[in-house]
This record gives sequence, structure tokens and C-alpha cells, in this order.
Amino acid sequence: MRYLPHTSEDVASMLKVVGKESLDDLFSSIPEDCRVSDRLSLPEPLTEWELNEKLSTLSNAMAVSPDSKVFLGAGSYEHFIPESVSYLLGRSEFVTSYTPYQPELSQGTLQAIYEFQTLTARLLGMEVATASHYDGATALAEALLMAIRVSRKKKVAVSSLIHPYYRRVAQTYLHPAGYEIVELPHLENGRTDLASIAGMNDLAAVAVQSPNFFGCVEDLQAVGNAAHETGGLFICAFTEPLAYGLLKNPGSQEADIVCGEGQSLGIPQSFGGPALGLFSGRMKFVRNMPGRLVGQTTDLEGRRGFVLTLATREQHIRRERATSNICTNNSLCALSAAMYMSSLGGTGLQELARLNYDKSEYLKSALRKAGCTLPFDVPTFNEFVAVFPGGFDTTYQRLLERGIVAGLPLATFYPELKNHYLLCVTETKSKADLDALVREVTS
Amino acid sequence: MKETLGTTGLILNEPLLWEKGKKGRSGFSLPRRDVESAPIDESLVGEGPDFPDLSEVDVVRHYTRLSTWNFGVDTGMYPLGSCTMKYNPKTNERQARLPGLAGSHPLLPQSLSQGVLRLMFELQEYLAEITGMDAVTLQPAAGAHGELTGMLVMHAYHQSKGHQPSKIIVPDTAHGTNPSSAALCGYRPVPVKSNEQGILSTESIAEIMDEDTAGIMVTNPNTLGLFEENIRAIAEIVHGKGGLVYCDGANMNAVMGVVQMGKIGIDVMHLNLHKTFSTPHGGGGPGSGPVAVKDHLEPFLPVPRVVEEKGAYRLSYAFPKSIGKVQAFHGNVGVMIKAYSYILSLGPEDLKKTSQLAVLNANYIKKKLKDTLYLAYDRPCMHECVFSDKNQKAHKVMTLDMAKRLMDYGYHPPTVYFPLVVDGAIMIEPTETECKEDLDLFIEAFKAIAKEAEENGELLTQAPTKPKLRRLDETTAARKPCLVG
Repeated sequence: MRYLPHTSEDVASMLKVVGKESLDDLFSSIPEDCRVSDRLSLPEPLTEWELNEKLSTLSNAMAVSPDSKVFLGAGSYEHFIPESVSYLLGRSEFVTSYTPYQPELSQGTLQAIYEFQTLTARLLGMEVATASHYDGATALAEALLMAIRVSRKKKVAVSSLIHPYYRRVAQTYLHPAGYEIVELPHLENGRTDLASIAGMNDLAAVAVQSPNFFGCVEDLQAVGNAAHETGGLFICAFTEPLAYGLLKNPGSQEADIVCGEGQSLGIPQSFGGPALGLFSGRMKFVRNMPGRLVGQTTDLEGRRGFVLTLATREQHIRRERATSNICTNNSLCALSAAMYMSSLGGTGLQELARLNYDKSEYLKSALRKAGCTLPFDVPTFNEFVAVFPGGFDTTYQRLLERGIVAGLPLATFYPELKNHYLLCVTETKSKADLDALVREVTS
Repeated sequence: MKETLGTTGLILNEPLLWEKGKKGRSGFSLPRRDVESAPIDESLVGEGPDFPDLSEVDVVRHYTRLSTWNFGVDTGMYPLGSCTMKYNPKTNERQARLPGLAGSHPLLPQSLSQGVLRLMFELQEYLAEITGMDAVTLQPAAGAHGELTGMLVMHAYHQSKGHQPSKIIVPDTAHGTNPSSAALCGYRPVPVKSNEQGILSTESIAEIMDEDTAGIMVTNPNTLGLFEENIRAIAEIVHGKGGLVYCDGANMNAVMGVVQMGKIGIDVMHLNLHKTFSTPHGGGGPGSGPVAVKDHLEPFLPVPRVVEEKGAYRLSYAFPKSIGKVQAFHGNVGVMIKAYSYILSLGPEDLKKTSQLAVLNANYIKKKLKDTLYLAYDRPCMHECVFSDKNQKAHKVMTLDMAKRLMDYGYHPPTVYFPLVVDGAIMIEPTETECKEDLDLFIEAFKAIAKEAEENGELLTQAPTKPKLRRLDETTAARKPCLVG
């Protein structure tokens, strides 16, 4: 086996050094009744070339661009990734290193993460951002727990227009300790209904997502005001960070914690993971924040360098009193995002965001002309809801057979929204693709 | 002095991203604009992020230079105890990048995603076989996330029995993530000491286990690199009081094909695909921390589960007792693909051999260095061995100094000051992918450093001198945090 370098002579001479007769003898401290009785029942080994063939077959059984046209967003977005990003990300000094506990041998990762924290904070309009989390959903769950820690209150209000899966993750994280989640309904225009929180004074936080699950841009300033009137923190979540290339960022609209998914920033969709949890907040909360942080410092000779810092919040120092049990972050995904953001630059990000908006608006207007209803009238970014005529589900199935996924049926998540579909349009779809979709769904 | 691996070369300086670039440059091929600009409500529009504009060459040089300041497994030996820094096979990277897998949307209808669903289903089966457990979820994103999932499963199990205990037993050798994961479920960790042999005694568990204790979190082999020989008896005591046994499987690389976790009383455990199954650590993630359980805990596993029916695979949410979701989608699929490829490349014989050679390498280092460094527990070890700085302290040289000096010799240091039960711990895990000659060089380097400690300790206390930077001021970094530029 090419990953196991020992020759039989090596094994023999090493066994002699350690005073053992055989490889099996090395395990003599393990009681007999703990041992595997049989050979493991696993497939026989494949050569590199057989493995290539097997995995290619599995890969070919998937519907992806360019052969398929997938108009799905809902937390995972198809965006072009420059080859320079994929290529740089293959640098094995980044890929095959551990968490940078030894800063003298990890300055590459550390500076890159410091830059990532900075770009993330600037994108979201916040004072500080962490070195990343697992994904948007766990970042939101940790944000809610942080608000509970900061405020010492046990209840949070969460918009029903936050991604349904994010809400389920938050439920999983908050339930065992007995914290309560109040769900805020939505208005007919596709925004969160804040009426029920007026007068509440036991909320640790009010959380909304913008653009929300329906693609609608929330009135963040209004949410911020309402949240702060209750005395709770304002948490703004997101699934599509590219939106902030165009829209006002949450930090400029009173958000206390801004968290969400960074997959759009140069990370392949990979059936949903690995993803990239982004987490940012106000500096005054930094010692209550979960997750790794990189800070700037100097070395013995006064040269600029970077280290993991504020570790006293973390599990390996504080154990059960840590701000989170999180250990690693999704460092390599954070690195992709930093590479992607620096490749686009401020100008590129703005232009790309505008292109996403314009393409999505084009499809909206073409669908409207073709007789479809767009039920929510507030502005959207690159996702929106359309109502297709009754009986559309057979058309939807027929389109699937041709590799066209005409959006996400919303009734799965919101049973009252029959025939409602969530459609996503990014820069990867051409005008011709959009025209073809309109023809298909309205024919 | 004989020439060592460590040397210095031309290392280039590189400023921060925003210290370079110029407005109007771009490193991105902007997609064709084939639609008109649409009207927009100007009150929603922001100024756009304050990012530097860089050319493609700027970006490529920036990250290439940064990468040369890093040390990875591909650079050299990385014997971090409990981290299993084994070689990361390159073919696995190719498989994870395949367009159908890397480019697939997580909400694709099942008819359009059979490839990846089949891969996930088979990986679940393989991991169940390797651990000897009954069912596996691939959802957790990392080891600590797997622990949390395992604890949530334990919590849900006790809830279903109508009695929720308030405590959990956590040995003093445990990873810090153990108590913090338990705390998220509201369990108060009760510490228990390992005995003079470095393992848990049956008596110490019998003494503290009661009906108000949810169970025990053990790491087996433990963080001293020792197999918990009393595990079956301990499990019996815990089960006798209605508790469950959680196993942190971080050290599974020692016992694949050797120990059947399902047989020794473990109810729930997590694996680290980024340790045992060769997926790269990526400078701190993404990892993957699948959780394996015995039958009685299967109903509580997170949703969705990948299930098979007549050769067709699908994601199912139909598990009413499930703890719910732990991640937005289905886990770190990109990492799973690499672990799946690894298992298929090795097969049953070589997976077992992997563990045998990992243990051989650790015992070899232990034997060869035990006259140089103080060996905390002189017993047959598994895949790692733990020394300390007791012999060197007389020369005013500490573990940290030896660790830093190893860098000058061209090695990443071992894990230091962990486990906490050994004062000044030096925890060495060579893994199976290091050959004998490289182990010999490492041993020689450590011996040379010990000699330096006796003769010229300053070489160590001033180390490292060969990396791009010398020791960094971590105190100021924490006291006056500068976290963004």
C-alpha cells in the first residue's frame, strides 16, 4: 500500500527494538474479549485507477451545471469560482497543516485568517468577526446562545422567515438547556411581522434573516429598533452574503450580531458541506463570542505577526465554562472566502451583486408577463417566490427528467403556500437559460 | 553538528491585502451582462464593502507567499499527539473535486442525487463495520460537533426514559471539548482521576456512578496513549445505574480492525474523519465527526438519515424521536468523499495494518527516547506516547523550549502541555505514514536537543530562530486585542 512505507525488514527490526514478536503482540494490553473476532467485512482495496472510475460513475449520477439547469438557492448558491482560487487553495502548506497552535510555523494560515476576519467584518459592517464556524445554521444557534449568555434571559424571538433548517438547528441547540424560542409570523408582503414582540421585556434577542427565506429584503432598521425596545439584542442572519455587495450592510442598521452562511464566497456547493459559518459582532461582546479569533502582535524582534488569541473563552482552557465547545473552525473554507473576496475586490463584488439582482429582476418580469403571480412585493436580491398555476407539479416532475429544477416547492416548509416556488438566479444563468425556463414553466 | 532537515531559504515578505492593490484593478472575470440594469429602491443600496482591488497576479503571489510561511504534513513530520497528522492522499482531493459531487446542490431531488446519496449510505455502512456499532450519522461537522451530537442523543435517551440526570463523569485525561460539549446539554461534569497506571479503575467509577449520572465520556485509547483495559467492567457499572457510555473516538487510528467498540460496552461514539481517515486538517477544518450508536440509540440520531430502499437512496426525516438537525444540510460531504476514497483504497487488511504500524511507530519512538525524556507511564502504548520535561527542568529548560527548538530542526512540535495529568507533557503521535528512517532522524534530533539543553540551554530558550518569525507576544495580543485591520 503506497501510504504505508514500512518494508518487512523495517517491521522486523522495529519489532526487535520494542521487544515484540509480531505486530499482533503490540496489542497484548487489550483484553481478548475487546478484540475484533473476524476480519473486517469491507470491500477489497481498489487501485487509484479503479477508484477514479468508481467515483466518476457516482459523480455522473448527479445533476449539475452545465448539463442541468438548477434554479435552487435556499441556503446554497451556485456562483462561478475563479480557477486562481481553486488552484491556490490546493497549496498543501495550507491544506495539510493543523490548527495554528504553533504560530512560528503557521504565519501563512494566521495572516490569512486575520485578513478573512477583516474582510468579513467590513462586508457585514461589524467591528469584529471570528475565524469562522461550521455553517450558517450553527452560527445562528451560537449567536442565540451568546445573546442568552450576555443578557441572562432565557427566551429568544426568531422570524419564521429564517431558513427552516436553521430554525431546526437552533431548536436542537437550545432545547436541552430549556431555552424558549418564540416564532414571529410573516406579513403578506413577505417580511417578518414584528407586532407580537412589542411590550415584551424578557427577550435575549430578536433574530431575522435578510434577504429572508423568501428572498425578501427585511427592513433591518425597523427590526433593530423593535428589538432594542424590548431590551434584547438584534441578530441578523443571512444565507446569501453576496447581497451585501449591493445592499446596505446589517452593521449600519443597528445589528448587534450578524451571522450566516459564507458558501457563496468561492466555496463549492458539495451537496451542502463543507460550508462556512460567518460570525461577527460588536467589539464590546468579544469576550462572550464563541469560536476562534486571530489577533495581531509582534515577535521578539518587533516584527508584525499573528496568533490565536482570547483563548480563555475556549474549551481547551475553560472546559465546561467555555463560550462554546467549538474547537476547529472551517479554516480552509474561510481561506477560500478570503481568496474569493480579494479576487473580486470591492468593485468586483459590487458589480457581481448588481448582476445577480438584475438577472433575477429580469426573470421576475418575464414570469409576470407570462402570467405568473409574484405574491410578495418587497424588493428581493437573487431569489424570489413565484406562484405557478395549479397542476404545475406534473410539469415540475417532467422538467426534472430533463435536468431542469424549476425552484424549490415551498409547501414542504410552509404547507399553506401551495404552488409557491422559491427560484434563485445567479450570474451562472444566461438570459437564454432564463427565457427557456419561462417557456417551460408557462407552456 | 550534523546537517539537520531544518534550514533557511529565501522567504519573501508580504504585506496585508489592503496594503496593496489600487482602485480599478480586478482579479475576476466578470460574467457577461446579457440583461439590462433593473430599477432598484435606492434607499436599500449600500456603499459596497471596503475591499482592496487587486489583480489576479497580486492575489496569486499574496497567497503563494503566505503559504510558504506554513508547515504542513507535506512539508515534514507533524507528530501532534491526539491529532493524527497522517499523510493526506492526493487522489482523495481529486475525487472530492469531481464536478457532479462538488457542484451538487443539497436540495436536489433524490432522483437527481443518487450518486452522492449512495456514497453517503455506503460510508455509513463502512464506519459501522469498522467500529462494530449498529448505526451511523454523518452529519456532525467536526469532532467537537460529533461529541455534542452524541451528548444530545444521550440527553434525548434519558428524556425518553422519563428521568433526566444532572451529572456526567469525565476523566481527567479527557479533551477539553468533552466537558464543554456535556455542559451544552446541561450536564455537570464530574471529574474522575486515572490510576497510577494511567487508566481508569473500576473502583473509582463504582464510587461515583449513581442514578443522577447520565453516563461517562471516555476516550479510548485514552490521551496518554493507553488502552482503557477495564472498559467492559466500567461499562457494566455505568449501565447498571441506567447510564450510557460515550466514547471519544479521536484515537481510533490505534485500533482499527483490532478493537470492536460495539462489543466493549460503548453505546455512542464519534469518529474524526480528519484524523483516522486521512482527510486533511486544512489549518483547522473543515473536519467531519460522524457518530456511531448501538441499536437502542438509533431512533435519536439527527435527521435527515440516508436510507436505502430497493437500490434507491433517499434522505428521510421520518424519525420522530430524533434530536433534530445539527447542521443546515447533510454534513461535510466534501470531507466524507475523501474518507470514503481512503477506505476503498486500503481495504480491510491495510486498514488493520494502518493501526498496527501506527502503534509500532509510537512504541519505537517511546523505546528510543525513554532514556532522553522522562516517560510518564512506562507501559506498552498505543498510537502515541507521552513524555515530560522532568529530566530537562534541572537545566532550566521546559517543554515549550524543546518544542520551539524542534522547529529549527525542521519538525513541527508534538502536542505540548496536554494531557493535563502529566506536568509539562510532550505527546508524540508519529502516525503510520512516517518511515523508519524519518523516525530515526526525528529521534536523533530530539536527542541532540536534549544535549543542547544540558550544554547550552539558551539555544532552546531563544528558539526558534529559523522560521520567518521568532516567538510571538501572545500576552499583548490577548490584553490589547487587535482582531481586524
